[in-house]
Amino acid sequence: MADHVSAVDGHNGRDDHHHESFWRRYVFSTDHKVIGIQYGITALLFLLFGFTLMMLMRWQLAYPGEPLPFIGNLFSDETMPGGVMLPEFYNQLGAMHGTIMVFLGVVPLAVGAFGNYIVPLQIGAPDMAFPKLNMASYWCYFAGGVVMLSSFFVPAGAAKAGWTSYTPLASIETMGQTMWLFGMILLITSSLLGAVNFLTTIIQLRADGMTFMRMPFFVWAQFITSFLLLLAFPPLEAASVLQLMDRLLDTSFFMPSGLIISGEVADAAGGGSPLLWQHLFWFLAHPEVYVLILPAMGIVTEIIANNTRKPIWGYKVLVYAIVFLGFMSFIVWAHHMFITGMGTVMSTFFQTTTMIISIPSVIILTALFITLWGGSIRFTTPMLFALGFLPMFGIGGLTGLPLGLAPTDIPLHDTYYVIGHFHYVVAPGSILALLGGVYYWFPKVTGKQMNDVLGKIHFWGTIICMNFIFFPMFIQGMAGVSRRLYDGGQIYEHAQGVLYLNEVMSIAAWLLFVFQIPFIVNLVMSIARGKKANDNVWEATTLEWAAAPSPPVPHGNFQKLPRVYRGPYEYSHPNYQADYWPQHATPEEQREPAGV
Amino acid sequence: MNIPYTVTARPDTGVYNAKVGVWLFLASEVMLFGGLFSAYIFLRIGAPEWPGTILGHQYARASDILNVPLATLNTMVLIASSVTMVMSWASLAMNRFDRYRLYMGATIGLGFVFLVIKAFEYGSKFEHHLLPAEHNFMGIYFTLTGLHALHVIGGIIVNSYFWGPGARMWKTDPKRFTNRIEVAGLYWHFVDLVWIFLFPTIYLL
Repeated sequence: MADHVSAVDGHNGRDDHHHESFWRRYVFSTDHKVIGIQYGITALLFLLFGFTLMMLMRWQLAYPGEPLPFIGNLFSDETMPGGVMLPEFYNQLGAMHGTIMVFLGVVPLAVGAFGNYIVPLQIGAPDMAFPKLNMASYWCYFAGGVVMLSSFFVPAGAAKAGWTSYTPLASIETMGQTMWLFGMILLITSSLLGAVNFLTTIIQLRADGMTFMRMPFFVWAQFITSFLLLLAFPPLEAASVLQLMDRLLDTSFFMPSGLIISGEVADAAGGGSPLLWQHLFWFLAHPEVYVLILPAMGIVTEIIANNTRKPIWGYKVLVYAIVFLGFMSFIVWAHHMFITGMGTVMSTFFQTTTMIISIPSVIILTALFITLWGGSIRFTTPMLFALGFLPMFGIGGLTGLPLGLAPTDIPLHDTYYVIGHFHYVVAPGSILALLGGVYYWFPKVTGKQMNDVLGKIHFWGTIICMNFIFFPMFIQGMAGVSRRLYDGGQIYEHAQGVLYLNEVMSIAAWLLFVFQIPFIVNLVMSIARGKKANDNVWEATTLEWAAAPSPPVPHGNFQKLPRVYRGPYEYSHPNYQADYWPQHATPEEQREPAGV
Repeated sequence: MNIPYTVTARPDTGVYNAKVGVWLFLASEVMLFGGLFSAYIFLRIGAPEWPGTILGHQYARASDILNVPLATLNTMVLIASSVTMVMSWASLAMNRFDRYRLYMGATIGLGFVFLVIKAFEYGSKFEHHLLPAEHNFMGIYFTLTGLHALHVIGGIIVNSYFWGPGARMWKTDPKRFTNRIEVAGLYWHFVDLVWIFLFPTIYLL
């Protein structure tokens, strides 16, 4: 390898980055670090935008039919005449909140941003395997985002059929749904390019000595995530093509015979199956749930090992668990469909696989909890977020069990209980871990430290508000309040006892926004005038901290490609002078007695 | 710092980067067409008869509507193009650039022949108003063969680039160029293979 690299360097060195134009360097860059930052900024903005949609919806839920004060008049008459939200607009906000949060916010932040920036550094690679493909992946994502946003401005507004786009409703929807499908095809292309790139990079570009079982767990999480993206997204692409055919060429793939719309038989040949869409959609969307959570688990593992100053308990078990989890995630999808009438045999199969898949999740969580035991924990800001993740993901996971079993799912299906469950997994779960990741790797990316006080205000405000938003959903759901209700359940007798919670949840949601302000201020201020961070500010063992400068060298990452001698979490090793033993430290250093 | 293993194989995995990449890409393509084939099976199982009544005509077999001889011819054309694709790569491996040009040209030409035959097939369906909206059988036929045709067009574009402007790399980095033809070939064989599954499932069964 060394021969080859130097031979190519001889006539085609890429150290000429200083001469690159502004556009090549910051906009159409092929450097994985720049692309990672592009992904990160775009995804954070989309998260904020998706959150804003939800804050608007929460006004309607807390105070149905009342005009929105101050900003209500800024909206058009087709959306909020006189500041009062129309049901159609509520549906647009709901569908686009889900779509934007999942496909344009969390996944691009977890995979596009963190994966792109950190994976090549942690495996000791100079860049991703296909830098141009990497750039194309970002711009496909960007185009998909533009299409999704512009769909708000087409006649009759954005998609209204929910983020799941269930047919036949979606097949007869207005133009916004077509935009949604085109946007999804762009996003699927983006994640396909990204997944091929990540997998090739991890398989081919690991540094000398970086065997698979010496890879940091974060890299393993990204590896499995990429497999899920690679293999689960294409069926949704197939489904999107079929739905586009239904919408544009009047085929009937999802239109059953004799469908009656507004009292008239639909003008379609019929013979299609609405259930087919659900199968194809959930074949993607269940692995997608693990795409949302696995990178978060990876981030949390890195932060916990670093801040307990202990090796991760059961590294190998974690790896086997995550591989098994990835495999199982392909055969649980129909637990979203227990009440579709697909039959008890199918239900039995899918509830069994669903119970089995909970085992590796519990293993991972348990291993992380045991890691805390006996560690001298440093309560840094990223560590607070990682510690917050553990019980929050625990609540999200355990409340999923009744939904995975058909008999208990039937009364809970499509109630607020479901909303509470998956938001606990994604919001106080994944998003908390991702925010922790921002605090953890910020010094590496910028060479500056973030403010600790603002970080702690951000953490406590966020975790408390999130619980006040999502916990009442369990109570409402168990009382039988359905999701997607424009008035929050006002017209239902059985909802009256729990309606007061709507206001609690809404106020908590708006407060959650207030507590994001210290984070935004912290990000901007720390870049401008944060304290300078040294190269290994957390005293970590993994290559991105121990072997690369902060920020890493443009186009190449390391001054010299590192060689790896040991596993990723050698903290507090008795044979080494410091309490962290970098992966690339040469074995000779081992002989130095402790304390010298 | 340059990216390692773009030309030579990594010793422990035994492959160069682009080959890993294309196999992964093909895996996702399997899932794409797999999804569509599953949709086809799902719809067919749910239908009382297949293809059934289309535009007032009762059809017992798919081959009563679709043109099997033309599709058989197209199968031959694609298989022949796969052979020429292998020959073009082998020519480069034997250092015969003139032969490479010849075989690659033949591959591209056969790709066009496939598309022209396909166009005739589509044309006669349109003539008889057998449109996708009429019946799910026609819908599936047009979606699957249309998506496959798009893949053929994509392959022709890539191959044409390597026949024309992309071939300049032969002078500067012959090993890497040969690798590129191998990777393009893997994709082309995959497109061929999809057709070999498509032809019996849609036309014959």
